[in-house]
Amino acid sequence: MKYIDEYRDAKAATRYARLIARTTTKPWTIMEVCGGQTHAIVKFGVDELLPETVELVHGPGCPVCVTPLELIDKAIEIASRPEVIFCSFGDMLRVPGSSKDLLVVKASGGDVRIVYSPLDALKIAQANPARQVVFFAVGFETTAPANAMAVFQARQQGIRNFSILVSHVLVPPAMEAILSSPINRVQGFLAAGHVCTVMGYTEYEPIAKKYNVPIVVTGFEPLDILQGVYMCVKQLEDGRAEVENQYARSVRKEGNRPAQELIREVFRVVPRKWRGVGEIPESGLGLSAGYKAFDAELRFGVASYTAEESSECISGVILQGVKKPHECPAFGTRCTPEHPLGATMVSTEGACAAYYRYRRVRVAAAKE
Amino acid sequence: MASVKEFALSCPIPIDQYPNVLLAHGGGGRLMHQLIETMFVPVFSNPLLDARHDGAVIHLNGTKLAFTTDSYVVRPLFFPGGDIGTLAINGTVNDLAMCGARPLYLSAGFILEEGLPMETLWRVVQSMKRAAEEAGVQLVTGDTKVVDKGKGDEVFINTAGVGIIEHDLTIAPTSVQAGDVVLLSGDIGRHGIAIMAVREGLEFESAIESDCAPLADIVMKLLDAGVRVRCMRDLTRGGLASALIEIAEAANVHINIDESVIPVREDVQGACEILGFDPLYLANEGRFVAFVAASDAERALGLMSAHASGRGACVVGRVTEDAPAMVTMRSRIGATRIVDMFSGEQLPRIC
Amino acid sequence: MCLAVPGKIETIEGDDPLLRRGRVNFGGIVKEVSLGYTPEAMIGDYVIVHVGFAISTLDQAEAEKVFEYLRQMDELGELEVSADEVH
Repeated sequence: MKYIDEYRDAKAATRYARLIARTTTKPWTIMEVCGGQTHAIVKFGVDELLPETVELVHGPGCPVCVTPLELIDKAIEIASRPEVIFCSFGDMLRVPGSSKDLLVVKASGGDVRIVYSPLDALKIAQANPARQVVFFAVGFETTAPANAMAVFQARQQGIRNFSILVSHVLVPPAMEAILSSPINRVQGFLAAGHVCTVMGYTEYEPIAKKYNVPIVVTGFEPLDILQGVYMCVKQLEDGRAEVENQYARSVRKEGNRPAQELIREVFRVVPRKWRGVGEIPESGLGLSAGYKAFDAELRFGVASYTAEESSECISGVILQGVKKPHECPAFGTRCTPEHPLGATMVSTEGACAAYYRYRRVRVAAAKE
Repeated sequence: MASVKEFALSCPIPIDQYPNVLLAHGGGGRLMHQLIETMFVPVFSNPLLDARHDGAVIHLNGTKLAFTTDSYVVRPLFFPGGDIGTLAINGTVNDLAMCGARPLYLSAGFILEEGLPMETLWRVVQSMKRAAEEAGVQLVTGDTKVVDKGKGDEVFINTAGVGIIEHDLTIAPTSVQAGDVVLLSGDIGRHGIAIMAVREGLEFESAIESDCAPLADIVMKLLDAGVRVRCMRDLTRGGLASALIEIAEAANVHINIDESVIPVREDVQGACEILGFDPLYLANEGRFVAFVAASDAERALGLMSAHASGRGACVVGRVTEDAPAMVTMRSRIGATRIVDMFSGEQLPRIC
Repeated sequence: MCLAVPGKIETIEGDDPLLRRGRVNFGGIVKEVSLGYTPEAMIGDYVIVHVGFAISTLDQAEAEKVFEYLRQMDELGELEVSADEVH
């Protein structure tokens, strides 16, 4: 496939790896923000090609992982109601709430459906006027334009039986929360290429300056990640702290203007709780006043739910790159993909799941 | 600006016991294997069952027979490239072939939902007839039940099959040894995507067809030519990855494969990229892996490639050493990773 | 975030920019995609698609630069890679 396969070329990958090795004179810790990047790194083994001096840590770039526990509980409550058709991206279905997950709700008779696009949920609403269709609107800024469009069209077309359960999170506040933490080890960032495709990257410039960290907007294929790491390491070695764009085939500095306009129309910035981390001010999106009628939390009266996290799950420190999954005492024993304690083990993008699937035996062997 | 807090301590119920069966228990991945290993195998344990192969190999008065069964619950009933009827015949034919048996006789049990149009049943039955003819088997006994509307998904079919083994090879995971070559009969992922596309309403305008096909003939060609086949497995639910992991675990060997040689058609790749699927775990219905003695590998590959069911056959890997039992894969960019079972079904993802 | 895939626009319909739709080809799979956020995209262009929406038009010149940079390094003799260096 064009614009995919060529970015998975082995020789080019090895060349970039050599370039990185030759450029590095001391150890550096770089965080890749996006779950999609984590997935590619672990799947293709990009980190195996890197010299030992470059350490990649996995950030909270998995909106599935950071969706707060109470929101899953709200989703489960709504999905369990007989009049509801609950539509979601596949990623969310196995994330554990306080006592079960959406797949269990489906097994018990709830009408839970996987959709590829929020517009598919809207079509289901049109086809089922007697039912309430709720869409689980989870995601970073990348998915916000799609979710905005669905709600916008619902209002335009008067589709009253449609609503969304919103859990949008924003990347820059999360990066700041990590950088401002006293236990932060991250020296450079690979920013999320598709988030920046939508939002542009001007909002990262003050962050790079304030915390003196290089930020490289990076794509998702192995070559993108390798080139992103190279550009980041080069900045670190040179003592620069700028925002650069590796993923220029998709990302423009100003981002996608029409998408940003519709996001501003339909959503507003709100504080959001990040699972395992806590509440970060101005770190999420909620529906704006004109679209509150489509807010599922209000429509179904679940806005006041609260929940508490597992004591064993250390997703929070893992999401901040402070610990690696295999350093968790529950990893691979009490916490596995079959019985996860937290979202990072359930989501295919979660660092713990990625480590479990691709690394477990190697790590176990190394411990012996 | 918010900084890191220690998170609140509390203790929820860990979701480790599933009091109810989930769809994932049928997905071909870890959960299904756990179910089989904890619910069924220990209860019925005997040497034939414990061999854990696709079919049981029975020695009866000097004759070697293979016996297998499979149930078919596919939704939608009709999909590009086949239907539940073709699957019902070929699935069982192929399980027999994977034991190195020549499939002979099948039974078919139908569970029909009240209200099923006769026309639909007729189409399925006609498909079964064609598939049976193509595979050279006869349907010799059967059963029919009807359940209340709402209690069955239009049609469920169970087929059981008997075949005869006319050679002296022990074709089972226990025969696999270090140095053996792993052959794959063709490109992967077509069936899984064909089904997913129709079932999830993910309409692709150019339909990908299932690869559903009988494999008895191509297997017989290998055996007749004296290829030392150690073990075979058709790639059904759970895909290439699950088949190899099952064999690695049953045989207690280390299998190493090369991602860059695994054939995936470009349109299947396109669908996988959009849905976030890994083709390694996608269902197939007309593909198999064969573990053969290294010195027979080239000859086997030639025979497979020359056969209609083996176009695109290739060497995907080797059995490298006797332990530990695992499957590793050299990725496209040259790094090696462990291939593990999926815990449930692959779900389309956005992340 | 995350899963967005490049595909080639084959046909376009719709006059209202927000409602523009296209049939996009992903390696042989053709899917209808919203082009509401890529008003500049034309037939023959590649777009990056996430959950059924094109979020950018792929810049083909920029796409080359990943490899161009390696070529430049090659010319400087920086990157001799022998066959046995590829793991």
